[in-house]
Amino acid sequence: MANVIDDATIEYVSILAKLELSGEEREQAKKDMANMLDYIDKLGELDTKGVEPMSHVFPVQNVFREDEVTNGDASGQILANAPEERDGMFVVPQTFE
Amino acid sequence: MAKEYETVIGLEVHVELATKTKIFCGCSTAFGGAPNTHTCPVCTGMPGSLPVLNRQVVEYAMKVGLATNCHITQYCKFDRKNYFYPDNPQNYQISQLYLPICRDGWVEIEVPGEGGADLPGAGQGAGYTKKVGIHEIHMEEDAGKLIHDEWEGCSLVDYNRSGVPLIEIVSEPDMRSAQEVIAYLEKLRCTIQYLGASDCKLQEGSMRADVNLSVREAGTEGFGTRTEMKNLNSFRAIARAIEGERARQIDLLESGEKVVQETRRWDDAKETSYAMRSKEDAQDYRYFPDPDLVPVSISDEWLEKVREELPEFREEKRKRYRESFDLPDYDIDIITDSKHMADLFEETVALGAQPKKVSNWLMVETLRILKEREMDAEDISFSPGHLAALIELTEKKVINSTVAKEVFEAMFDRDVDPAAYVEEKGLKTVNDEGALRKTVEEVIAANPQSVEDYRNGKEKAIGFLVGQTMKAMQGKADPAGVNRLLKELLG
Ligand SMILES: [Zn+2]
Repeated sequence: MANVIDDATIEYVSILAKLELSGEEREQAKKDMANMLDYIDKLGELDTKGVEPMSHVFPVQNVFREDEVTNGDASGQILANAPEERDGMFVVPQTFE
Repeated sequence: MAKEYETVIGLEVHVELATKTKIFCGCSTAFGGAPNTHTCPVCTGMPGSLPVLNRQVVEYAMKVGLATNCHITQYCKFDRKNYFYPDNPQNYQISQLYLPICRDGWVEIEVPGEGGADLPGAGQGAGYTKKVGIHEIHMEEDAGKLIHDEWEGCSLVDYNRSGVPLIEIVSEPDMRSAQEVIAYLEKLRCTIQYLGASDCKLQEGSMRADVNLSVREAGTEGFGTRTEMKNLNSFRAIARAIEGERARQIDLLESGEKVVQETRRWDDAKETSYAMRSKEDAQDYRYFPDPDLVPVSISDEWLEKVREELPEFREEKRKRYRESFDLPDYDIDIITDSKHMADLFEETVALGAQPKKVSNWLMVETLRILKEREMDAEDISFSPGHLAALIELTEKKVINSTVAKEVFEAMFDRDVDPAAYVEEKGLKTVNDEGALRKTVEEVIAANPQSVEDYRNGKEKAIGFLVGQTMKAMQGKADPAGVNRLLKELLG
């Protein structure tokens, strides 16, 4: 393994990913991440000089909608996806700003 | 000697666009709907849903770019900005990082008063103008609204605002004071309102500003460490936050400490800012091109068509008004500050009303009522035809000026037709010479003391007699006519 993930990095990534890892999971995650980075490094060996980065598979552009309201009130169906609902709103664990 | 510091400020301004629908779906952007009634699978991030770009968003962004002298990126794309927060149901915001729609523009700001005499030929205390660079403008989507329930320890989410189109205007770090920042925001507000691309109301959140600020020793070129301040929702809050942050950073440097690069939240009630906890501030957005959206290619023809649709902006309008109307600069500045007011003015004049008379109604009564009710010029709802009719009624002395103000208030509130209103309420000035003479004679008979005072040279006494006559006529007389008649009868 060429890449080594230190404790500070895995701590930072778990904050970003909103994950709480146990000691064991942490060690495993460090190993997995290092493996993935090794794999990505492999791709870096290819010569991509002069190749335009691809963001879309098909040569399609300018797909637009006109600015007209086409959707009505579907809140019933939308809220059916909520794990919990109150007063027409999704209920989620408390967040702070 | 104490060191002199210079404040270096750049702004990130978010503007909610005035489209009828969201940026990637056909949900309404109207305010005031019950929670989640303007949502669909796209704007709530349901798996398998597909965003489709609203053409009007691209046009508004192009217009704002052209109006701020930007270069338009004719081949542009959308990228995903990844972060986890419940106001963002997709776990990414669709934005533009690599190819934003506008780049490298500038606006000229006018900074009033106090400043140095930067303008050639300007005297002490005069304002100055200055160019502020626009780094880029990009299109993106707004997030939902969170309501925190401290009691239950949960948060409630309403996705009605999720997917409402925004443009983010990123300035260069070209501003040096709160006055310059406010002048810059005023300039953006005015320009965007002229375009009809947004109503730009800071209080209501349709325009939001984040302030990036650092300080450096005066005369040096490098940049100090900057902080970003959020949650500024009035010009006053922005000015106070800038003064506060400048002082905080200078204190740190003076005491040998370092400014930490961080995001701070302004608390206007406490007049202080505090650092957001580093956990919330942790950022790694892992931008990548959004594979759900295809690139936007703007042809030369499209760009030209949009350029041709640009309105006459405030500067040109001011110049034209100075040349065509005999009005004080003060009036011109206020009228042209709002396109809505300028349109109202021009349409009323086009109906034959005298420009100065129209301006007077706007400058005095209109501004007074707007101020009293904390409304914006954009909220004026009376029609130019009715204002022209009101002016005509006063010109022809059908009503006197006191009555005219009363009629105006009704017009301001409900856009009533002044002629019909005057008729209905019986507000016409009594032009019956006989009735007026009779009333004046009665007033003279009833107020011998004032009559004697007047005859003894107390000119002011006549004012009291005019007042008594107006009262007896229930306000429906021409005060100048009453005055004349009194003088005649008192000999
Ligand atoms: Zn939607």
